[in-house]
Amino acid sequence: MTSQDPFKEISIQTEDFSLADEVALLEKNNLTDGAVVTFTGRVRNNNNGNSVTSLTLEHYPGMTEKSLAKIIKQAKEQWHIGRVKVIHRIGELHIGEQIVFVGVTSKHRQDAYAANEFIMDYLKVKAPFWKKEKITNAGKTSENWLAAKSSDTDKADLWS
Amino acid sequence: MIKIVFFAALREQLACAELSLNAEGVKTVGDVKQRLSDKNSQWQQTFSKASLLSAVNHDMVDDSHLVKSGDEVAFFPPVTGG
Repeated sequence: MTSQDPFKEISIQTEDFSLADEVALLEKNNLTDGAVVTFTGRVRNNNNGNSVTSLTLEHYPGMTEKSLAKIIKQAKEQWHIGRVKVIHRIGELHIGEQIVFVGVTSKHRQDAYAANEFIMDYLKVKAPFWKKEKITNAGKTSENWLAAKSSDTDKADLWS
Repeated sequence: MIKIVFFAALREQLACAELSLNAEGVKTVGDVKQRLSDKNSQWQQTFSKASLLSAVNHDMVDDSHLVKSGDEVAFFPPVTGG
């Protein structure tokens, strides 16, 4: 990788992504890092006992990128990590579809594991994304904005 | 003028995505909330919620944060991405 070809760390996109392609980019011309840790989040078919049919992801353009850049910077200050990639999809997503990707490389596995988890935990409570779910209950379809979970805030607080 | 933007459930509740607010007499994010609360009882209820989050120029801030003309102030519910 040359200076004319900087590694793009953050992508907010409607289109799907390929795990294999992302891993290949994290590894390309990267011979110093022996560890590659990836996390992929997907749309599941259930939430709080309701049957979920789809999710719609809204975000705050501009702030999203800024907050993710800040989280990545914090991770780099805290652990010895090489490359970081964060992808978050927006728009309507159906069951089984990929929503989010976090990939981190490091010389040894501990730093990549920890930094990856930190980035996801902070993304959950700091990055301006909101999920609206379409659910079916007793044959009736309705749309609800998801409520934030205190368990996510508690988990993120563990890092501070 | 101060640009005010709303997101997600908040935007739907208020039926408003953005508006401009005269910066005169407005010093902090708290002042912005107060000014918006004056609109009607529904807005008052919305802006008195402790869970409401605020951002100025794309950084999360609290009510004491200073604002000035030209700033973009955002209000939104707790985030639920990932």
